Amino acid sequence: MYQYDQYDQAMVDARVEEFRDQAQRRLDGKLTEDQFKPLRLMNGLYLQLHAYMLRVAIPYGTLNSRQMIALGDIADKYDRGYGHFTTRQNLQYNWIKLEDAADILADLSKVEMHAIQTSGNCIRNISSDHFAGAAHDELIDPRPYAELLRQWSSFHPEFTYLPRKFKIAVIAAETDRAAMRLHDIGIQIVKNDAGEVGASFYVGGGMGRTPMIAPQIREFVPLDQLVTYAEACLRVYNRYGRRDNKYKARIKILVHEMGAEEYTRQVEEEFAHLLEQGVEPPLAELERIKPFFADPAFEDGPKSIDRSDPDFALWVDRNTVRHKHDSYVSAVISLKPVGGIPGDATGDQMRLMAKLAKQYSFDELRVMHTQNIVLPHVRIADLHALWTELEAADLGAPNLDTIEDIIACPGLDYCALANARSIPLAQRISEKFAKNGRTEELGQLKLKISGCINACGHHHAGHIGILGVDKKGTENYQLSLGGSEAEDVSLAKITGPGFDEDGVIKAVETVTDVYLETREDGERFLDTYRRIGMTPFKEALYDK
Amino acid sequence: MNILTGNDLKTGEVVWWDGQNWSLSVHDAVDVGGMGEQILAAEEAARRVNVPYALVASRTEEGVRPAHIKDRVRALGPTVRRDLAVPTASKTGWDWVI
Amino acid sequence: MTNENLHSQDLGTSPDDVQFRFRDDEVADHGTVTVDACCDQTNATAVRIEPGDDARVLLPFLDRLALVEVNFPSFGDGRGYSAARILREAGYEGELRAVGDVLIDQLSHMRRCGFDAFAPDKPLDEDDARRAFEGFGNVYQSAADARESGRRTIAELRHE
Ligand code: HEM
Ligand code: SF4
Repeated sequence: MYQYDQYDQAMVDARVEEFRDQAQRRLDGKLTEDQFKPLRLMNGLYLQLHAYMLRVAIPYGTLNSRQMIALGDIADKYDRGYGHFTTRQNLQYNWIKLEDAADILADLSKVEMHAIQTSGNCIRNISSDHFAGAAHDELIDPRPYAELLRQWSSFHPEFTYLPRKFKIAVIAAETDRAAMRLHDIGIQIVKNDAGEVGASFYVGGGMGRTPMIAPQIREFVPLDQLVTYAEACLRVYNRYGRRDNKYKARIKILVHEMGAEEYTRQVEEEFAHLLEQGVEPPLAELERIKPFFADPAFEDGPKSIDRSDPDFALWVDRNTVRHKHDSYVSAVISLKPVGGIPGDATGDQMRLMAKLAKQYSFDELRVMHTQNIVLPHVRIADLHALWTELEAADLGAPNLDTIEDIIACPGLDYCALANARSIPLAQRISEKFAKNGRTEELGQLKLKISGCINACGHHHAGHIGILGVDKKGTENYQLSLGGSEAEDVSLAKITGPGFDEDGVIKAVETVTDVYLETREDGERFLDTYRRIGMTPFKEALYDK
Repeated sequence: MNILTGNDLKTGEVVWWDGQNWSLSVHDAVDVGGMGEQILAAEEAARRVNVPYALVASRTEEGVRPAHIKDRVRALGPTVRRDLAVPTASKTGWDWVI
Repeated sequence: MTNENLHSQDLGTSPDDVQFRFRDDEVADHGTVTVDACCDQTNATAVRIEPGDDARVLLPFLDRLALVEVNFPSFGDGRGYSAARILREAGYEGELRAVGDVLIDQLSHMRRCGFDAFAPDKPLDEDDARRAFEGFGNVYQSAADARESGRRTIAELRHE
């Protein structure tokens, strides 16, 4: 895992002091809220429905046990004993005091963490594949490239007041586990015909009110030009992205309005110019970063599992994933207990996960964009012991990628922008399917809920998506089908008129019934939808 | 009735204008009639409140009830964490929110 | 405003408005014109860039320009940062003045993008500004300060 040197540490420490000073100037009245807001946002501090909310960056979703313990301790010391893991691999605290914010940032900096650029119109936390370094199907570990970009994007002097937020994801496998093409820039590390490693650039994806899938704008950027190419993409956006309308300010709109071809042409022109300016860090820097992500000392061990305990066997089947070393697996800790709040973890649970990571996973944890936690490198021999401890802490839900593994944004329970609540829906749906026993039968089914059009809950990318809307002051929900954030990326389509809370839960049941009745061998919900189209689902929902 | 709300600048807590001060309980909120803008400007300038705004509410048997669900959630707390409810507002019960 | 008016009017900030300056040459009081006017006029020595202007159209005229003002009508509009770097990358060595809604917390980034004079709408607290200009010490990216003062990035320092 990456470790700060004195330079990285000094940057973060300086930022803490800068923010301490800014917060003090706000409290003293030297800054108005209008002036302070972009500064606090640049440090991840929002003002939410109930209090200040702090969003902590977990770069490329990787953290060690010390960091996870610190997150748990902060939850207990400054918040109300819990935090919320998000779809962008961050952690949010919901009950923060402005007076405490600088102290929290100082506590974070002691474990090489921060909240820098987790909000605001700047380059946000860079996300990546949660199985990076463990996946059996990856070309190489994408995280060194993400780290290189993290440094480049931190305090970038030119790109701190962009038209709108900017999100980058980096992957290095054909299987996309990071919703790469739904980011402002998606980067896939690839090999070209000559066997050289480089980067494919996809630009202009996003969700929100106008979801778009990023087109590829360059097939191969050599590794010693990666930062320069990203800089060119950003400069064209900073200069020409729309600023007249906040809802049209994302890069996806620029690429769409300008056309991918013209955008690409301008980027290439800027790129040619910037290559002469020498903005690329020396290649030696990438070489310095790489060893931090070297494989831990894997050892051969047992490869088979004693499946005599059916509960354990179920958890193994559902929540463990093939590893590149055949004596190991990646184990997913579900933060989706039936009836629970998706993505929430208490301070105690965080410290327990930290302990388990230290004991069983070379001290590493990952945050998934599906709001779960991964122990990336667990010996098959240790699985039963791990599961036993998880079960005891209510962390053993065997439901990865099932209908119980719902992504839900904070919604109206926490979020000032929301139209409707998301969490109660997730709770009721998971309870319903756990009770009627359909979860297993339905197999892979990704259900995603957002409380408003901003789409923080990825509803556009759900096999089933639910969007909360406001209907004359009451909560209403639109259902959509057929989305995917993976390598078979697609955007979900709305089924028709919306439903109230009970109605939408029934509607979810109805569409899963259609699937079970019509599926062919081995088809997932998404496959059936793609084969038979919207009509049969619509008929079942509305023709009564 | 027209009432005022905002967040405490230092702590971020949700507060309601009780005529003199900012209270943690929605039920202390008073009708400010047409004086809303004026009070908000003065209170914000004095940094006694952050990002305040005016809203419509009604006086019911259970106390002051904001017209919009968002403000009722603010008044009570997240409906999914009833253990964390604002204590002084809990007399209304959770059906009041929805 | 008609085009003619624009030609004759001095749009610029006066030398008195300049609160911070990192240059040794004298502050001249130029007649500052719009980017359009600058391209048609052969004798303009000072120009003012608005957020929507393309700084690159000025590149043929850099030799005769002694002052480029970049206006920030609102601090949240960051186009001026790109304009500044583009001019410096093209070798412009005259005064580059940030004007308008210029606040404490933007100073260090502006400096790094090549601004060497600052004329904020509202004068800034001198102490706060001094601290802001001192900035964070080291930097991750190569920007205009690499050209101007040979500032080395963290990555370069790591691999000396
Ligand atoms: C509670 C406070 C939050 C606020 C105020 C907020 C605000 C927003 C807004 C305004 C957008 C739309 C941006 C646009 O389309 O230009 C957005 C998008 C998004 N947010 Fe949030 N969000 C919040 C929480 C979260 C959480 C908890 C997550 C993760 C679970 C999240 C993840 C995302 C994602 C993935 C997008 C879509 C990105 C895209 O449009 O490309 N946000 N958010
Ligand atoms: S989707 Fe809307 S309601 Fe949900 S967190 Fe995002 S902004 Fe809030």
